Amino acid sequence: MTVTLDDALARWSPVIGMETHVELGTRSKMFCGCPTTFGAPPNANTCPVCLGLPGALPVANEAAIRYTILIGLALHCSIAPWCRFARKNYFYPDMPKNFQISQYDEPLCVDGWLDVEMDGQTHRVEIERVHLEEDTGKSLHVGGATGRIHGADHSLVDYNRAGIPLVEIVTRPDIYSAEVAKAYVAALRDVVRAIGASDVKMEEGSLRCDVNVSLRPAGADTLGTRAEVKNVNSLRSVERAVRHEIVRQAERLDAGQRIVQETRHFHEDTGTTTPGRSKEEAQDYRYFPEPDLVPIAPDAAWIEELRSSLPEMPVERRRRLTAELGLSEVDQAAMSNAGVLDLVLATVDAGAPAADARNWWLGDLLARANAADVDPGELGVTPAQVARVCAMVTDGTLTATMAKEVFAGVVETGDDPDAVVAAKGLRQVSDVDALGAAVDEAIAEQPAVAQKVRDGKTAAAGALVGAVMRATRGQANAAVVRTLVLERLGVPEA
Amino acid sequence: MTDLTRLTAAETARVVRDGEASAVDVAQAHLDRIAAVDERVHAFLHVDIEGALGAARAVDERRAAGDDLGPLAGVPLALKDVFTMAGVPTTCGSKILEGWRPPYDATVTRRLKDAGLVILGKTNMDEFAMGSSTENSAYGPTRNPWDLDRIPGGSGGGSSASLAAFMAPLAIGTDTGGSIRQPAAVTGTVGAKPTYGGVSRYGLVALASSLDQAGPCARNVLDAALLHEVIAGHDPFDSTSIDRPVPEVVAAARRGDVQGMRVGVVREFAGEGYQAGVQQRFTEAVELISSLGADVVEVSCPHFDYALAAYYLILPSECSSNLARFDAMRYGLRVGDDGTRSAEEVMSLTREAGFGDEVKRRIILGTYALSSGYYDAYYGQAQKVRTLITDDFTKAFETCDVLVSPTTPTTAFRIGERVDDPLAMYLADLCTIPSNLSGGAAMSVPCGLAPEDGLPVGLQVMAPALADDRMYRLAAAFEAAHTEAHGPILDGAPAL
Repeated sequence: MTVTLDDALARWSPVIGMETHVELGTRSKMFCGCPTTFGAPPNANTCPVCLGLPGALPVANEAAIRYTILIGLALHCSIAPWCRFARKNYFYPDMPKNFQISQYDEPLCVDGWLDVEMDGQTHRVEIERVHLEEDTGKSLHVGGATGRIHGADHSLVDYNRAGIPLVEIVTRPDIYSAEVAKAYVAALRDVVRAIGASDVKMEEGSLRCDVNVSLRPAGADTLGTRAEVKNVNSLRSVERAVRHEIVRQAERLDAGQRIVQETRHFHEDTGTTTPGRSKEEAQDYRYFPEPDLVPIAPDAAWIEELRSSLPEMPVERRRRLTAELGLSEVDQAAMSNAGVLDLVLATVDAGAPAADARNWWLGDLLARANAADVDPGELGVTPAQVARVCAMVTDGTLTATMAKEVFAGVVETGDDPDAVVAAKGLRQVSDVDALGAAVDEAIAEQPAVAQKVRDGKTAAAGALVGAVMRATRGQANAAVVRTLVLERLGVPEA
Repeated sequence: MTDLTRLTAAETARVVRDGEASAVDVAQAHLDRIAAVDERVHAFLHVDIEGALGAARAVDERRAAGDDLGPLAGVPLALKDVFTMAGVPTTCGSKILEGWRPPYDATVTRRLKDAGLVILGKTNMDEFAMGSSTENSAYGPTRNPWDLDRIPGGSGGGSSASLAAFMAPLAIGTDTGGSIRQPAAVTGTVGAKPTYGGVSRYGLVALASSLDQAGPCARNVLDAALLHEVIAGHDPFDSTSIDRPVPEVVAAARRGDVQGMRVGVVREFAGEGYQAGVQQRFTEAVELISSLGADVVEVSCPHFDYALAAYYLILPSECSSNLARFDAMRYGLRVGDDGTRSAEEVMSLTREAGFGDEVKRRIILGTYALSSGYYDAYYGQAQKVRTLITDDFTKAFETCDVLVSPTTPTTAFRIGERVDDPLAMYLADLCTIPSNLSGGAAMSVPCGLAPEDGLPVGLQVMAPALADDRMYRLAAAFEAAHTEAHGPILDGAPAL
């Protein structure tokens, strides 16, 4: 390529719109009772309905409608009080009925937005619509070099995926950089996960993007002709596909050529796009209302019930945690990735300082969970117990070392921290009278060290404190011991 | 011994229940009758001898075990070949499904089996239920037992002919624009289209989803009602099926009086195109109804004049999509798969070879009507007309309990007479289509023979949605009075 991305962006501004498909995590398919499990043997999860056999009829999955409304509400959409499914007609062997049940001019959710935070800035992306449809089967082209249909010897079709509920989320052309496009998909993924509508595993194809990209002269407010890039199936690919399109389109425009409105396919291996269907084969989908299904008419009370059941959205939660608890975005990302964020928050709710809760869950407790090969939430230590241990450390009852021993005991016995403390005799000794003798003994045993401290090398006091700690089997309050040592040796505390 | 094929369904069930004949004897008598006459009539596409005798044996065993048999247990039935039946060929009268044996039972099929009915086989029909004569069957036409040179109606001509020829006392049809009622009218039998959603469509191979309705066919009103109650009722596998109690049609048929009923005669269903003998018998039928104590008035439904036009946009639109699945990829006919052709080419060659002319005509019409830029003018406009027709019914039913008309403008026409003139063929459904568009209930009951040709004429009774019982009540009263005056209509049919 002769044009670099920076060159292109100096003259041209990209305008990006996203169409994102999310496979919902329902147990059964959209219009029949077949399971949705990934990885089943080919065509095992099929029945007359999802095979489109003559006579079979669809019946809508209520859980899928509920998830779609939840996604719509989370994206601040209006929910249609009445809407219908529509048939999208086209022939393809992996589509059993040769029409897809989708939604056309009556989507379930419309007119929302999603805030995308990047580098301390908030980009509000407008959502045009959220609608529900069924997935197609999968074709496997055998015998060709590329795995594509051209050059293949024959093709096999697996209908396990046919009829899996898909939600399509469409933005307005409201994104202006590859980085925000990628961040939008990540933010959308977090929202869908927070709701529990899907596990959103991009590697299993449960989130797929079509990216519409057009260029306009830098500073202009017109819209250029767009290309629709399909098959963009990872966060990184979103960024790469947009960048590739910016450069490709800039080259054409710079050369005085026009952009063809077309569908293009993204190739993960090369990071490039190639043309899909040509204009002569442009489809007329002949949409019309699906006569085999009754309209969806969610009543207002149900929608409000769903609205009140929405969990706190990731972006709002991040803002709140930063403001209220002082947890940095990096920390939050770490906690989120480790799957302990909810546990930390619950621990804070139970009375622990945020920093302590973070340290225990990201440190000792996460290590224990990893060692036991369980999720941190399954470890057997509750947020309330962690808060209790934090309180005992704060009030001097336990040392940090003892606290670890307490957690070990909780995991092992299932007892409460107080019971473990009592059973193990883990009580920090802070009583000056009780510790005085041990301190005197340590000074007597290490006269040389004692002298160094007297001479002003207070750092040497550590050896004496260590001796006291050993003598008390770790139960002494190290801070109190240190104060006593310095006091006895006539050195003022720094 | 009585001829078991001449009994009504209710009598047949009683005979089996009381042990006067076994269900196997009854089934065998009908299978023998089929063997004797169906070569000439061609009502059946597939006779399931083993299946029928097996089902009959099961009924006899249940009776021997002292089980309580249902009201139609042991009664033979002819099933229109548009319903799936596990393991039994289902063609819809089309080459494209030749050899296909469905892996599942339609809900109607399942309910028939559960009620102990003995399914004799699958009956002939116009291909994918598109037609009014069964001449569009890829497997050759069915002939009218009244005159073998004439059509038995369509699309359910196989079902109506099997009744009129005494090959079965009961049959199941489907009615998208009249495919139960028009065949009933021209064969002197009874056929009812329940309220849309009254009977499950699961396993009924769709023609036009928003119009299709399965219903009972019989030789008398009570038998139709008994069969209606067996197949009707909510089905969780059909989201358009109505989740309400089934109208009490058997009680209505048994009651059979019309005292105080308000009956509307639809003004628009008369005049040009209506055969004189049909008009005459219809007028006499109205007089008879009036003499039985009903209050007869004339009503106008001005938008019914546009029903045929709206129907021939909505139906092809839906069927162009419904029939897209017949593509050679998963089942049925496959043409041209020689290893050199693409899937698209194989689909195209298969559809070219597998579909008949009328099917292709309607697919092309519907594809056009739904096309971008034409949708509003055709499909959209037709839906508006549909609403106006429904409004006409609503208004008429404010003053009437039921509406009546001739079922079809003419008696059975000759085979070949209209086959090259689709519009003439479409006119056979002129009076029946409005009820499909509105979703209301309607049925046909014989009202005599036309004087000029001696062929049966049907009286159509239309009722509001969910009020199917009303039409049975009127039809039963009319049938009783008419039979008393003229004898059973099928007594006038020639022996085959």
